[in-house]
Amino acid sequence: MADGLIDQVRAAAGQGRRLRIRGGGTKDWYGEQPADADAATVLDTRGHAGIVEYDPSELVVTARCGTPLADLEATLAASGQMLACEPPHFGSGATVGGCVAAGLSGPRRATAGSIRDFVLGAKLINGRGQHLSFGGRVIKNVAGYDVSRLLAGSLGILGVITEVSLKVVPAPVAETTLRFDGIAQAEAIRRLNHWAGQPLPLSASAWSGDTLHLRLSGAAAAVRSATTALGGEVLDAPSAATFWLALREQSAPFFAGDAPLWRLSVPSWTPPLLPGGHSQDAPPDMLVEWGGALRWMRSTLPAETMRAAARDAGGHATLFRRGSLSDAQASGIEAAGCFSPLDPALLRIHQRLKAEFDPAGVFNHGRLYPGL
Amino acid sequence: MDTPAAASIDREALVSRLQALLPDGSVLHTDEAQRPYECDGLTLFRQLPLATVLPSTESELLAVVAVCREAGVPIVPRGAGTGLSGGATPHAQGVLLSTAKMSAILAIDPVARTARVQPGVRNLAISEAAARHGLYYAPDPSSQIACSIGGNVAENSGGVHCLKYGLTVHNVLRVRAVTIDGDVVEFGSGALDGPGLDLLAVLVGSEGMLAITTEVTVKLIPRPQVARCIMASFDDVGVAGDAVAKLIAAGIIPAGLEMMDQPATRMVEPFANAGYDLDAASILLCEADGTPEEVEEEIARMSEVLRAAGATGLRVSTSEAERLRFWAGRKNAFPAAGRVSPDYYCMDGTIPRRRLGEMLRAIQQMEAKYEMRCPNVFHAGDGNLHPLILFDANDPSSLARAEAFGVDILELCVKLGGTVTGEHGVGIEKINQMCVQFPADEREQFFGVKRAFDPHGLLNPGKCIPTLHRCAEYGRMKVHGGELPHPGLERF
Ligand SMILES: Cc1cc2nc3c(=O)[nH]c(=O)nc-3n(C[C@H](O)[C@H](O)[C@H](O)COP(=O)(O)OP(=O)(O)OC[C@H]3O[C@@H](n4cnc5c(N)ncnc54)[C@H](O)[C@@H]3O)c2cc1C
Repeated sequence: MADGLIDQVRAAAGQGRRLRIRGGGTKDWYGEQPADADAATVLDTRGHAGIVEYDPSELVVTARCGTPLADLEATLAASGQMLACEPPHFGSGATVGGCVAAGLSGPRRATAGSIRDFVLGAKLINGRGQHLSFGGRVIKNVAGYDVSRLLAGSLGILGVITEVSLKVVPAPVAETTLRFDGIAQAEAIRRLNHWAGQPLPLSASAWSGDTLHLRLSGAAAAVRSATTALGGEVLDAPSAATFWLALREQSAPFFAGDAPLWRLSVPSWTPPLLPGGHSQDAPPDMLVEWGGALRWMRSTLPAETMRAAARDAGGHATLFRRGSLSDAQASGIEAAGCFSPLDPALLRIHQRLKAEFDPAGVFNHGRLYPGL
Repeated sequence: MDTPAAASIDREALVSRLQALLPDGSVLHTDEAQRPYECDGLTLFRQLPLATVLPSTESELLAVVAVCREAGVPIVPRGAGTGLSGGATPHAQGVLLSTAKMSAILAIDPVARTARVQPGVRNLAISEAAARHGLYYAPDPSSQIACSIGGNVAENSGGVHCLKYGLTVHNVLRVRAVTIDGDVVEFGSGALDGPGLDLLAVLVGSEGMLAITTEVTVKLIPRPQVARCIMASFDDVGVAGDAVAKLIAAGIIPAGLEMMDQPATRMVEPFANAGYDLDAASILLCEADGTPEEVEEEIARMSEVLRAAGATGLRVSTSEAERLRFWAGRKNAFPAAGRVSPDYYCMDGTIPRRRLGEMLRAIQQMEAKYEMRCPNVFHAGDGNLHPLILFDANDPSSLARAEAFGVDILELCVKLGGTVTGEHGVGIEKINQMCVQFPADEREQFFGVKRAFDPHGLLNPGKCIPTLHRCAEYGRMKVHGGELPHPGLERF
């Protein structure tokens, strides 16, 4: 089934050509965009599609890389199940392989876990054109190194993910979204961390513009009692669904604009971040997700300013979207790289892993870090 | 990597170099002093190392690593030694590095809901320290009073509550570790993700083969307000297995979902007084936790599904003491096996849940074939089996049959679409079965991962991933009659 992909990889490796692995292309903009990226041949994964196995009573689904993410979700929904981490699609063509390789998780991340937490197994074509199988289709498995989880967020630099097995979860019986107005960022962060330390059925949070949204999911009784305990205004179900979808897909008004979009991943209790000399009284406009652990900011500040703010808090900053900048500004930010630089010892391990999986550097050259 | 790089090592010189670096009493080298370290929970394999070191700090540990690296001496990390696959079995030409003296809880942060601890801290000690904040560390291996968090990270350990709350890999935020190159590396962070590849995911479950953990930051979660447990009886193990699938298909994720067959309940009951139904062919323990309302709702839903699935009796715990008794029985299954039999051999395969009935029937046939008893306890919700083969290690025939029995079970797990180990690790115990589960190209890629972290192959060599040569040997042995020659001899 994956023969076509294997042949393309072998041919490229044999001829010293580079490949750019691509599913629906919905996340083309994510990650480094090396100058020589256009020289790479596109390896289109969409032909390798379909759900291989799905038994709802096993809580496991196995799908080929080119399977549209929307199709997978529809199949799960038909059995009352879902992907726990609510991954973003960023376009109608998003594929399962791209979802895992990008490693991005949605609003449910802070309480449910990330996409890597749900990867149970994967098949991979490495740079030698070998089709390898790691992990499996069972929930617990510690045979060999956990290579399949390593592939989540690898941005394709280790090889072509041809198939993944994911643990899925039952969709919650009940769900309610609460809205709290007139809450400053610092207060929102304080409350979110306080609530997270209590046995409440939290499943998502979002703060921006002095409004805090909180989603509760779970058993009907638990959601009901938490709703009473927390107060706030209850959103009607369609508005709530629209709200969380717009957050997940970044179509919410906050995400509009031309300035680069920074993703700051920090410990959840970190007080409002103040890059570029803002004061605590007037923190910059941010959107806070994941119980405080994820902060989004549109900013033209220098990359190092953003990085330092995240680093000082014990986190890291990613240039998530470039926006439409002037060439000069863009080149400054480009030079600093999308992802926070790695500590030298970690970088060495990355380089050696890349060499072990993809010795000739066939795959997604430079997409994660220059040289990888 | 089956044999270490080191040619001949001057043991005395090594010991005196180590003694110069560590405080008195931190380097053991006589046979007598090292005896307690000669095996882990897999007592079939015993080996004295060249020396045993017990560093108290990360810098002492770094110094030991430097000496060993320069001398080309293998290092085997060891936590509490409760591992069941021989992961901490010493290397004859190596140093055993125990984390017993690195056992401080460094910080409990109730706001961040994290605990930062040294690797030798016991699993349960973390939850005990967090209890005053209403928090706990979720993964609860049955060995939790003894096993170390460093060992948990190395094995990706699970527990009876992992179906709902995840394994070690889901509950660890950051691991600080020393590589064989002498680098101190932080994998993960206080945030929910880090830049670059998710190396933390590979480090967890790597059986001490990639780096030595010196500090772990774990996630703490709020203790549920209430928990209640149903004990459901079944007159057929297959029906009980199907009931598990029906619970899950009904959209219920119990906080714990465990199964014991009748030989297991009868073995445990005199020991733990759990109050099990000893007439049932098998029992399921199904726990609900959360707010009082939530628990009521879930107990009602679970009861309904279990009844419809053919349960012959249900008993719901009416007090916390009774709930804990239900679990005490389950958690004491291994010690109970040790009481009724001179030795027991704990298997750890995982299979797709729907194959449970099939597997149990096959095990019954194997009991007849090998003329041995094998009570079964399962993490049923995860499809993770722990058949306990009862044998007598002093009887060579009994030992040989037990080993062959175990091999049959593991290889059937692979055939049914599962794995040879769900949570105890490969170590040396299941290294031959890795040849059955993984083809040569996969194994070679695993060695690639190993080289990326440990280019000289000095960390816990010869474990976890079998060489091509070893698998060829194993293939030949299987061809010649299926039974291993000299089963009692070391095979590493
Ligand atoms: C009665 C009993 C019940 C058990 N129940 C369960 C259970 O329910 N679930 C479960 O998952 N397991 C269970 N186990 C198995 C065992 O307790 C776990 O595997 C545990 O995590 C081992 O921890 P340890 O500290 O004893 O590690 P050890 O046995 O000392 O070592 C285990 C492995 O970890 C490595 N290691 C230890 N410390 C470090 C470190 N600091 N850095 C790098 N590598 C290190 C060792 O090299 C070895 O490979 C049980 C064992 C027993 C005896």
